Amino acid sequence: MTTGSETMVDIYQDPPLKTRVRKTFATSWKTLKSNPNLMIGSIILTVMVGIAILTLLPTASTVARYDPTELAVRERINGPSADHWFGTDKLGRDVYSRTLHGAKTSLYVGIGVAIIVTIVGTSLGVIVGYNRVADNIVMRVMDGMMSFPTLILALALVAALGSSLTNVIIIIAIVDTPSMTRVVRAVVLSLRERTYVDAARASGASTKRILFLHIAPNTLAPVIIQASIFFGGAILTEAALGFLGVGTPEFIPSWGNIISSGREFIRVGFWIAFFPGVFLALTVFAANIVGDGLRDVLDPRLRGEK
Amino acid sequence: MSTLLDIKNLSTHFNTSAGTIKAVNDVSFELREGETLGLVGESGCGKSVTALSIMRLVPSPPGRIVSGDVIFQGQNLLKISEAEMQNVRGRDIGMIFQEPMTSLNPVLSIGRQLREPLELHLGMTKQQSLSRSSELLELVGIPDPATRLKTFPHQTSGGQRQRIMIAMALSCEPKLLIADEATTALDVTIQAQILEIIKDLTDRLGTSVIIITHNLGVVARYADSVNVMYAGKLRESGSLDQVYKEPKHPYTVGLLNSVPTLDLDADVRLQPIRGEIPNLIDLPKGCAFIDRCDYAGQKCEESEPELEEVEDAHFGACWEHKRVSKSLLGITS
Repeated sequence: MTTGSETMVDIYQDPPLKTRVRKTFATSWKTLKSNPNLMIGSIILTVMVGIAILTLLPTASTVARYDPTELAVRERINGPSADHWFGTDKLGRDVYSRTLHGAKTSLYVGIGVAIIVTIVGTSLGVIVGYNRVADNIVMRVMDGMMSFPTLILALALVAALGSSLTNVIIIIAIVDTPSMTRVVRAVVLSLRERTYVDAARASGASTKRILFLHIAPNTLAPVIIQASIFFGGAILTEAALGFLGVGTPEFIPSWGNIISSGREFIRVGFWIAFFPGVFLALTVFAANIVGDGLRDVLDPRLRGEK
Repeated sequence: MSTLLDIKNLSTHFNTSAGTIKAVNDVSFELREGETLGLVGESGCGKSVTALSIMRLVPSPPGRIVSGDVIFQGQNLLKISEAEMQNVRGRDIGMIFQEPMTSLNPVLSIGRQLREPLELHLGMTKQQSLSRSSELLELVGIPDPATRLKTFPHQTSGGQRQRIMIAMALSCEPKLLIADEATTALDVTIQAQILEIIKDLTDRLGTSVIIITHNLGVVARYADSVNVMYAGKLRESGSLDQVYKEPKHPYTVGLLNSVPTLDLDADVRLQPIRGEIPNLIDLPKGCAFIDRCDYAGQKCEESEPELEEVEDAHFGACWEHKRVSKSLLGITS
C-alpha cells in the first residue's frame, strides 16, 4: 500500500448522511424482496400501523366515519350496509369504526409489551447467563412464574392490579418476560464459551465491557425474532383477556373486547365478532411470519452469502 | 539479559465431581527478555492451563490457582487486583488463541475490534487508533488495510483472521506474547507464514514469546529454549540444542521419535509412545510416565523424580536420566 496519509483519513470518514440513508433503504428493500414472508408480513403490519395512526389524528372521523362510542339504539345489531360497513353492535355502535380504533389499542399493547419484554428480558438474560449466583436466584423466580399457565397468571395479576390499558400491558409483559430471559440466557451461555470472549478478556476488557459490547450484540438476532413473536402473542393475550371481560375497559375499543361483546350475538349478528376477528388474525399472522422472515434473514449462515 | 517472567511453584487445580484434577502441578520456569520459549507436550498435559494461569484467565469455578507466584517485571501477577490485571492483559501480555475462526467477534467490524485495546490501554482517540490499526494490519501482511478495517470477520479467511489476532495481540507492544497453539488449526503453508510474522514482529519489538504447541518442528525452528510438560509437570527443560540433541527424559525421547523426517528410510517405522496419558485425578505414586516408559525401574515406582540439573542449565526429571538417550531415529534440529 502506497496510499498517502491524507487519502487514508478520507477513507475513514463516514459518507454523507444522504448516501448512508439511501444505502440503508436499498439494503432493506433488497432483503424484503428476497423474503416473501417478511414482505407480506411487513405490508400487513404497515397497513395496521397506518390505520392506528389515522385514528389517532383529529381527522379520525373521516376515516372511521363514526365515533366508536356513539350510540344509536334504534340501529342495534344491523348487518353490514352502505352506512355501516361492518354493521352495528348491541348498542348500535359502528363496528367498522370500533375495529379501526381497536387497532390502536391492540398495536399499543403489542408494541408496549414487545419493548418492555425485550429490555427487561435481555438485561436479565445477559446478567444471569454470565453470573451463576444471579442465575440461580432469578431463574428460580422465572421458573415459578412459568409454572402457571399464561392466562391464569395474567388473570390473577389483573385481579390484583385492576384493569386499565397500562396495567394490561404491564401484566402481559410480566407474563412474557421469563421466556425472553430464558432465550437470552441460553444464547449467552453458549456465547460466553466462544474464543472471542476469551480473546477480549486476554486483551484486557472488563466483565461489563464483555457483557455489553461483545455478548449483548450477539444476542440481537434471537431477541428480535422473539420480540416479533411476543408482539403477536401480546395482542392475542390482550384479546383473550378482553374476551374474558377482564382486559381493556369497555370504553376503550380493542379487538378483544369487541369480539367479546359480539360473542353473545354470534347467531344473530356474526359481523360484530367476525370483522375485528379478521383484523386480529391478520395482525397476529403477520407478526408471526415477520418473525419467521427475520429468522431467515438474520441467520448468520445465510448472511455471509449476501 | 534480565528475567521478564519468573514462575515459581505454580499449581492450578480443577475441582470436579470426580476429584481434583491437578492440571498444573508445581511448575517453575523463567523467561528472559527477548527469549522465545517452546512449551511442548501432548493434549491435556497442562500447557494451556499454564498460559491461562499466567494471564489469570483460568475459568473459575471449577479452576483455581492454588499456589505459586507469577513474577512479571518484578510484579506478582497472582497478588494484584483484577482491575490491575486487566491493565496487564493486552498491554503487557498479549495472547493468541488456537481457533482463528472463532476468536473474532462476528458482529463487530475488524477495525472496531483492533481499536479496542488501543483505546483501552493507550488512551488513543478514534482517529489515532484507526490509523494505528491500519498500520498494524499492514505489518501482519494484510493487503488494503483501510478497507479491511470496515469488513466483518466472516468476510475473512482463517489465515487472515490469525494475522488480525496477531496484530491485535501485538498492538500495544507487549513485553510478552503467548501463542497458544496459534497455528494448529491452519494448513501448513499458512502456518509457516504466520510463524514467520510472529517471529519477525517479536524480534523487532524485543518481545518475549511463549509458543505452546505439540508440533516439535515449530519449536525447533523458532524457540531458543524448550520446556517439556507431561501430566501437569515440567519433565525437561533446557536450550533447544540440549533438549533436542541429548534429551534427558524418556518422554522427550518418545516425542522426538514420533516425528517423521525426510531423511528417514522408507522401511523405518515411527515409534509412537505406547499407552496414554494417566488420569490426572489419580496419578500413580511414583513417576507419572512409568506405564509408558522403556527405562522404568524399581525406584520409578516408589517415588516421583524431581527436576534436577543434569548438565549446565539443562533440567530433567527422571531417575534413569543417565541411561536415557535418543535413538538413531528422530529429527535433527
